[in-house]
Amino acid sequence: MRYAETGYNLEIDLSRGNIERVETDPGLAERFLGGLGTNAKILWERVSPEVDPYSEDNLLIFGAGLLTGTPAPGANRTIVSSFSPQTKLMAYSMMGGFFAPELKHAGYDKVIIRGRSPEMVYLWINNDKVELRDARHLLGKGTLETAELIRQELREPNAQVAAIGLAGENRVYYASIEQGRSSASRLGMGGVMGDKRLKAIAVRGTKDVNIARPAEFMEQCNEILKYVKFREKHPLGMVPPILAGLGSPQEMRIHDEEWHTTNFTWGNARLRRKDFWTKEVEQSWKETQEKARERFLSCYNCPLSCGASVAYPGVPKYMMKCYSKLTYTMAAMSDLDFGYKINYNAQTYGVDGFTTPQVIAFALELYEAGILTDRDLPGMPAGSEERFFWLLEKIVRREGIGDVLANGTYWAAKEIGRGADEYAHNNIKKHEQLPLKLGMLNPIYFLMYSTGEKINITQIEGQFPQAPFPKREEREEFVKDWVQVPEEKFKQYFLDWEPRGENSIPYYPSVEATCEIVDWMEKMHHIDDSTGMCAGLSSFPLKPAYHLHNYPSLISAATGIDFDEAKLKQAAKRNRTLIRAINVRRGLRRVDERPPEDHWKHRFPELETKLLDAYYHFKGWDNQGVPTRECLRELGLDDVGEDLEQRGITGNEQSEKED
Amino acid sequence: MSKVKKKIKTIKIDADKCNGCRACEVICASFHAAPKYSSNNPARARIRLIRDPIKDIFLPVYAGEYVAAECAGRDKYVIKGKEYSECDFCRASCPSRDVFKEPDSGLPLKCDMCEDDPSLKEPWCVQWCLADALTYEEREEEVEEEVKLGDMELGLKALVDKYGWQKLADSMARLSQKG
Repeated sequence: MRYAETGYNLEIDLSRGNIERVETDPGLAERFLGGLGTNAKILWERVSPEVDPYSEDNLLIFGAGLLTGTPAPGANRTIVSSFSPQTKLMAYSMMGGFFAPELKHAGYDKVIIRGRSPEMVYLWINNDKVELRDARHLLGKGTLETAELIRQELREPNAQVAAIGLAGENRVYYASIEQGRSSASRLGMGGVMGDKRLKAIAVRGTKDVNIARPAEFMEQCNEILKYVKFREKHPLGMVPPILAGLGSPQEMRIHDEEWHTTNFTWGNARLRRKDFWTKEVEQSWKETQEKARERFLSCYNCPLSCGASVAYPGVPKYMMKCYSKLTYTMAAMSDLDFGYKINYNAQTYGVDGFTTPQVIAFALELYEAGILTDRDLPGMPAGSEERFFWLLEKIVRREGIGDVLANGTYWAAKEIGRGADEYAHNNIKKHEQLPLKLGMLNPIYFLMYSTGEKINITQIEGQFPQAPFPKREEREEFVKDWVQVPEEKFKQYFLDWEPRGENSIPYYPSVEATCEIVDWMEKMHHIDDSTGMCAGLSSFPLKPAYHLHNYPSLISAATGIDFDEAKLKQAAKRNRTLIRAINVRRGLRRVDERPPEDHWKHRFPELETKLLDAYYHFKGWDNQGVPTRECLRELGLDDVGEDLEQRGITGNEQSEKED
Repeated sequence: MSKVKKKIKTIKIDADKCNGCRACEVICASFHAAPKYSSNNPARARIRLIRDPIKDIFLPVYAGEYVAAECAGRDKYVIKGKEYSECDFCRASCPSRDVFKEPDSGLPLKCDMCEDDPSLKEPWCVQWCLADALTYEEREEEVEEEVKLGDMELGLKALVDKYGWQKLADSMARLSQKG
């Protein structure tokens, strides 16, 4: 018997309409855990580097995490992996909700999709019965409506449905896959799904997920819940309310948005409005927020209600969580009321809530600058909000300028020319970033922005406070019950970190300490993404419920495979290195690894070189960011090293330094 | 039959507080797995969450008595603009729907308030509901003394209803001969 995992994947060939149930190698969990790790293994083995993301040979994988479907609270993530039409690199976008647990209960760890269907279809997985069904009648339907129509026609109200909207159908480079209140948004997975002519996947499962050592496992789950309750009663002081609790930032609960609105930039990631948050705004936004929210919502088996259903006057009902209520608001230099209105359209069409508002703000800035003219934007209305609605329509339909903008700011700027690339200023590896523009370089964030393979800061940060606390007494208080640190020395790094003076950014934490801190944060995300654990209980917030010290025994009890800390860390490193190898094989190099030029006002080229050199070395990569043969061998990935070598990509510690 | 004083275990369900996470289903299915906690499968849970977030319907319902025939109830309730089917509120394991039945055998399921040795202070679903939608309450009542059917008897009764005494008795005889 297999424990925690089901031991089977579904292989769907859309070109031929072929469906197979394939037993997986039981040894993989020990080496790659599951979820992201085993997704990466499949992409490495089966998609050669020259394959275009929008081609029949690209794979789209819906993977459940190793712990997903077990009673471990918060283990509900679906890890969608493929290659991104925008970055051309490996993409992994994750969603919470109810999809992956249902897939596990249907008896599968992954759905692996290849080929391209001649007509639009959807996939119906009902335990052992799996079929492709005509979806032509669903063309153009919104994501929520699609899910509802499918449930109705299948007469299965308990089916979980992940669907694309018009944006995905039209292969927008930043189209999302939506599932209830959750979505896999970043890096265009919805576009890949649309390219495959797959409108949706519906799944219903009524089978057991087995636990190897039940009593031991359940005891730990109860400990996790106890800690969640404790933290509910004892929010962290010393940090803004939005960072004080567990879960995703509680955007649906908290109306105090001073931190986001005064620290993050508005418009096309340009303007910081330090005095935006007035008493008046606070009052009006509080009213808007209360008016919008109907009920707090959770994902499968998670005590935190990070999302909510939204019943905003004049807008059909939808669900949301997190930060997209502000991304549109701030990009349009508008009001929270606008955020709640446009998010309905955005979710219906299925687009990424980070990239989309920035693309629109970018287009409007080009218009202001005269680079785009009335000829490019015929019939565009006058107000900022109206223009956002108007451009969203153009983009999801790829109409006129929308066809250019649908490829994101990087590719749009290239196509528009006339200096437009100056306006696509907030990208890393061709992908739009959080609109954040700060003063002094922070070495920790420099490394995370530069090297994060997810290319999204929230998917690598966490654990270590974003900024030092002003008073030493506060820092001493904070480290007292900081059990999550990998080793005691991390407490010292934080204790000695000062807002000003010798021990402040950019030269503190030291280069060595910075490497260790970043590696810790990233490692937690890689473990979560492979186990299917929500970052909100683990890798994202301060002092989370899951950490390096309780994870090994939990995974061991669930799977029956004995993990200790060293082995778990090694598995996380293996996964992380494999993803790096996949991207290196597709051409990723050091030159790509840098934050937006204007992310910080004060930059330190020498220090940045040192940081990157040291971090690459720490990771076992050469000075181009290519994993060395030795590093790969140590991780049992010698075949990967051999492949890279055959292609003339050698990770060699002694190779010449870049000029 | 004589009247006896009995401690009645009840759960107060505040559906307005439910966040739809289904942790109640998860822990119920795990606790009732054999051996205990050895598997998870909400389809085996003795509590079901009727969940439709767009209509704002969140209704945890517990498995009650097994019934051999479906009832005549086809009515609809509208409460504060939300439409429920009469079935939504029903605890019965009945032939007209697939809830509160073992997904593989079809045998009926029934909430037993997590009877355990030593007994729990609260059923698991209450303990795992951090949204406080489920609250455990006890009260004393005078009730008719009755003999409660166990899981096995309930299952057998369902089989009798389905196949009749004779077929069941024949099968039992055959099974016992095969040892």
